[in-house]
Amino acid sequence: MRWLVLLSLSFPSIGFCQAAIVDASGREIRPPAKVERVYAAGPPASVLVFAIAPDKLTGWTRAMRPNEAQFFANQYARLPELGRLTGRGNTANVEVVLKAKTDLIVDAGSTGATLASLASQVQEQTKIPYALFDGRIEATPAALRSLGRLMGNESEAQKLADWYENELKQAKQRMSGVAAHPLVYYGRGVNGLQTGGAGSINVEILDLLGARNAAGEARAGLATVSLEQVILWNPEVILTTDPNYWKMIWDDARWRGVKAVAAKRVYLSPNLPFGWFDFPPGANRLLGVWWAGKLLYPQAFADVDLRAKVTEFHRLFYHREPTAAQLDAMLGEPGVLPK
Amino acid sequence: MISFALGNQVSANVETVILQVRGPRVLAALVVGAALAAAGTAYQGMFRNPLVSPDILGVSTGAALGAVLGIFLSLNVLMIQLLAFAGGLAAVGLVYWIGARLRGHDPLLALVLTGVVIGTLLGSAIALLKYLADPYNQLPAITYWLLGSLASISPRDLGVAAPLALLGLAPMLLLRWRMNLLALPDDEARALGVDTRKLRTVVVAAATLMTAAAVAVSGIIGWVGLLIPHAARLLVGPDIGRLLPLAMLLGAAFLLAVDTLCRTIATIEVPPGVLTALIGTPFFLWLFALARRSW
Repeated sequence: MRWLVLLSLSFPSIGFCQAAIVDASGREIRPPAKVERVYAAGPPASVLVFAIAPDKLTGWTRAMRPNEAQFFANQYARLPELGRLTGRGNTANVEVVLKAKTDLIVDAGSTGATLASLASQVQEQTKIPYALFDGRIEATPAALRSLGRLMGNESEAQKLADWYENELKQAKQRMSGVAAHPLVYYGRGVNGLQTGGAGSINVEILDLLGARNAAGEARAGLATVSLEQVILWNPEVILTTDPNYWKMIWDDARWRGVKAVAAKRVYLSPNLPFGWFDFPPGANRLLGVWWAGKLLYPQAFADVDLRAKVTEFHRLFYHREPTAAQLDAMLGEPGVLPK
Repeated sequence: MISFALGNQVSANVETVILQVRGPRVLAALVVGAALAAAGTAYQGMFRNPLVSPDILGVSTGAALGAVLGIFLSLNVLMIQLLAFAGGLAAVGLVYWIGARLRGHDPLLALVLTGVVIGTLLGSAIALLKYLADPYNQLPAITYWLLGSLASISPRDLGVAAPLALLGLAPMLLLRWRMNLLALPDDEARALGVDTRKLRTVVVAAATLMTAAAVAVSGIIGWVGLLIPHAARLLVGPDIGRLLPLAMLLGAAFLLAVDTLCRTIATIEVPPGVLTALIGTPFFLWLFALARRSW
C-alpha cells in the first residue's frame, strides 16, 4: 500500500486519477479527473454529498415527501428517486446507477467486510469508483474531508469538517463540568420496547454525551426488552423517536411507575428532514447532540440556543435556513422540549 | 389491590408489575398457547394431516400482512393489532370463499391448496412492504413483529384478545365430539346424519377467530399449533373429544414455560418463536420416531 502511494506521488501525471484516497474500509479509491455527478447509496451518504456540493448529488435514495421537501430548495427537493444500493435493503438497480451517469458512488455507515466486498463488486461491474465512509458522528469530520478530496471540493468540505469538529468539541466541553449523569433509556418502536445498548450506533449520541445507558453495554445493535426490565432499570429520562409511543406512554398504567414518566421527562426527537437522534445514522445527528444535551444536562446546556443551532446546521448542510414557522413547528411539537 | 389482599405494604412498582405487566403477560401466554394448540388440533383432525398447523388457511400470513401494513403506515399499536386481526379474518374468509367455489374437487383439498397459494400471495405482499419500508426504522419493527413476542402485552390487549379467543373456543369445545366426524369422507358423515359442510364452516370460523385474536397481540409464534396436538395425541389418542381439552392445557403450559424462559434468560428478550423451534424440532422428531399408530 505504501509503495502504491509513493508511486502515485512520484508520478502525479500517471493515468487520470487526481488524488487517490484510502476509504474507511481500507480500499484505495481513484476518482476520475472531474467528479460532476455523485450517487449516494444510502441516506447518510446523501447527507454528506449534499452538504459538500448539492449540485453534484444525482438523486435521493427515496423521493422527498412534502414534509421533507419543504426544507430544501426546489431543484434539490425534486431530485429523482434512485433507490438504495448496498447494505440495508437493496432497492437500486446497478443499471439505474449507470444510467444516472455517475462519476462516483459513495456510501456511509458500516465499513465492515461485507459492505467492502459488495462495494468492490459493484465497482468492478460498473467501473465507477465506489468509496465507503464511516457513518459515526465522531467520524464525520474525517469522512467529510476525504469525500471532499474525492469530489474535488476540498475547500468546501474542509470548512464543513472544521465547523463540525468544533461543534462536537464545544458539546464535549460543556460536559466536562457535569457531575451528575442521568440514567437514560432509549425506547424505539410503537411499544418503546426496542432499545440500543451503549456502543451501538443507535445511541451514539448518548455515548458521546457520557450519559448512562439504562440498557447497559450493547450485546447486539437493537434488542427487544421487557417492560419489567425497563421498570427495574427505572430510567430518569426516556428519549424516543416514535410519536405513537410518546403519546401512548402518558395514559398507560404500565409505564406510570417509571421515574422518567412520573417526572415528565420523556422526549420525542424531531425527524425532519432527516432524524436528529437515531436514524438515518449519519452526520444529520449533530442536532441530536445539542437537543439531547439540553434535555439530559439542562444546566450545562442552558445557554445553548437550539433555534440558532438548527438554523446554522440547515444553512451549512441543507443549504437553506428554516423559516421561523418551520422552526416553531419543529421545536414546538409536543414532547420535543420540556414545557 | 395486592397490598390489600396480602395485608401488608407492597411498593407501587411491584403492584404495577404484577397487575399491569407480568400478570397480563402470563395470562396472555396461557390464552395464546391454548388457542394455537386448539386450532392446530381441530385442523389436523379435519384435514387428516399431521403436518397441518393453524396457519394452513392463511390466518397468520393475513395477520402478518395487516400488522406489517400498520407498521409501514406508522400507525399506533391499537391500529396495528386491529389490522392484524382483520387481516387474519379476511385472509381465511377469502381462502374459504375461493375454496368453496372450486367445484369438482375434494372440498378439503381445494381448501388446503387455496390456503397455500393465497398464503404465498400474501407473503409476497409482505415482502414488498418490507422492501419499501424505511430500513432504519420500520424494517426492524416489522422483523420484530414477525418474530412474535409477548413482551409488550398490556391489560387492554388481554381484555380484547381473551374474550375473542374464548368466543372461538366455546363452539369448538361444545362440538368437539362431533368434530371426529370431520375426518370421515363427506358422504359417510352425511350417512351418519351430520352436515359436514356446516360443521366445517363452524370449526374453521372458530379456529380462525381465536388464532387471529392470538396472533394480533403476540405476533407469529410458530410450532405450538403443530407440536402440541401431537404431544396430546400421544397421551390420549386421536379422539378429539378428549384430545382438544388436553391439547389446550398442554399448549397453555408450553407457551407459558417458553415465555418464562424468554423473559428470564437474559436482560434482553429472546423471541419465543426461536425457543419453540429449538425445543420443538427435536421433540417432534422424537415423537415421530416413537409413534407407531397412524393419524
